[in-house]
Amino acid sequence: MKVDVVVIGGGAAGMAAALKVSEQGARVVLVERDERVGGILNQCIHNGFGLHYFREELTGPEYAERFKKALEEKDIEVLTNTFVKALDVREKKLVVVSEDGIRILETKALVYAAGARERAFGSLMVPGDRPSGIFTAGVAQRFMNVENRLPGKRALILGSGDIGLIMARRLTLEGVEVVGVVERLPYPGGLLRNVIQCLEDFGIPLFLSSTVVEVRGRERLEEVVVAKVDENFQPIPGTEKVFEVDTLILSVGLIPQIELLEDLVEVNPTSKGIATSNLGQTSIEWIFAAGNCTAIYDLVDYVTYEGEMAGKYAALYAKGERFGPKVAVKAGENVMVVQPNWYDPSEELTLYVRTRKVIEKGRLVVGSFEKTFEELVPSEMLRVKIPRRHLNGLSEIVVEVKEE
Amino acid sequence: MSALKRLVCVQCPLGCKISVELSDTNRILSIVGNRCPRGEEYARDELENPKRVLTTSVRVLNGEYPLVSVKTNKPVPKSLIPELMKTIRNLKVEAPIECGSVLVEDVLGTGADLVATRTVRRAKG
Ligand code: SF4
Repeated sequence: MKVDVVVIGGGAAGMAAALKVSEQGARVVLVERDERVGGILNQCIHNGFGLHYFREELTGPEYAERFKKALEEKDIEVLTNTFVKALDVREKKLVVVSEDGIRILETKALVYAAGARERAFGSLMVPGDRPSGIFTAGVAQRFMNVENRLPGKRALILGSGDIGLIMARRLTLEGVEVVGVVERLPYPGGLLRNVIQCLEDFGIPLFLSSTVVEVRGRERLEEVVVAKVDENFQPIPGTEKVFEVDTLILSVGLIPQIELLEDLVEVNPTSKGIATSNLGQTSIEWIFAAGNCTAIYDLVDYVTYEGEMAGKYAALYAKGERFGPKVAVKAGENVMVVQPNWYDPSEELTLYVRTRKVIEKGRLVVGSFEKTFEELVPSEMLRVKIPRRHLNGLSEIVVEVKEE
Repeated sequence: MSALKRLVCVQCPLGCKISVELSDTNRILSIVGNRCPRGEEYARDELENPKRVLTTSVRVLNGEYPLVSVKTNKPVPKSLIPELMKTIRNLKVEAPIECGSVLVEDVLGTGADLVATRTVRRAKG
């Protein structure tokens, strides 16, 4: 099959990208490994999505459904249950596999939108047994919201990221007793609104500056040991508390999924995702990327915007347009994550910034642009448009947050 | 004398930090920090009668999936949520279900409808 643009991944970024490609009049095919498009939105049945993009509050499935409908209306070709097996960078060919067999896609440009995966229990190196009953939050969420299965009866949650907080509420509503949420940082990892709506509403305790130090159980999980940690995240002896639970849910972070391109393109050193310009272009000209495979975003709305950008420029590239040169964007003082990696003046620069620590009052400095923000926390990313005139003539753009 | 009560608006992901100034008789004197009028309404409700949109799932018969995700189309009193969950747990709906269709009107007399938030087609075969 010969197309102008192949989009890999049918989540929020990929759907938006495919729609933009087709809007530009280019031929696009969307490759999705699951049986349906929508990605993680399908199992995020809570609301809070779409306020930026649609100016109304939607649940995850509703947000996904709007894009699914648009894909159908535009008659965009979607290959579901299809997996990308290989990518030939020189020939611009992809080998994809589905029940129907192996197919070769020849393309002019590619949008990679593979999303993220969850950090697993093994990576935490918690001592103790390895019984059943330990799930990542996303897996537990899929169990409950898609497959109609409960993970257990009494649960403890490790990690107070948004997914962990939302799962605490979901489990409670379905009659699972949630004994607490454990967070190693001194502040919650998720949005404040979720701390209120998901924990405080249900009287679920949040144990800050704490971590799981041991799991016990023969076949099924029986006990989880939690201890306080010091500033270096080392457990403090004598502070151990034992929780009798049959379920441990992990919400300890997302990692951009970059496997297919890992050894081919540059990686954003701050986000560990695929490095892109503000057009979504990677270090290989004809390959674009967007969404959580480039950096972990707070809001799906942001993912949609970036997906659209990558789709638009992939289509233009396929039609023969060329862009650049690009200026490097770097993380300076107090900045943990900055996306994108390069600035291409073809479009205005929209920056996504996560600070390294809690900052009461901080001044964001980018070129000659300055703006003051209050109560900056690493768990809430800033999205800021930097007008072109502030970036003129810079050979490198350093993004800093100065404490005031 | 007046007291300050700090709230975080949960009406949208922006999560504005709202300060409400209360008189000694708990009357609202001022509301600041909200970036839109919904925040003010939220602050009033939160102090007088807290409400939430409930999102959950309902069992589906003969559907391509076993569950359909649902929401109340308006915020409902927080105190009614356990009872609502009991009612919803006993519900079963027959596929096909269109996203946006009303599954229960005026659920438990809350004035809110229970609405499907995804499309579930009939199972094939
Ligand atoms: S006040 Fe308005 S903008 Fe702020 S969180 Fe509430 S709904 Fe969102």
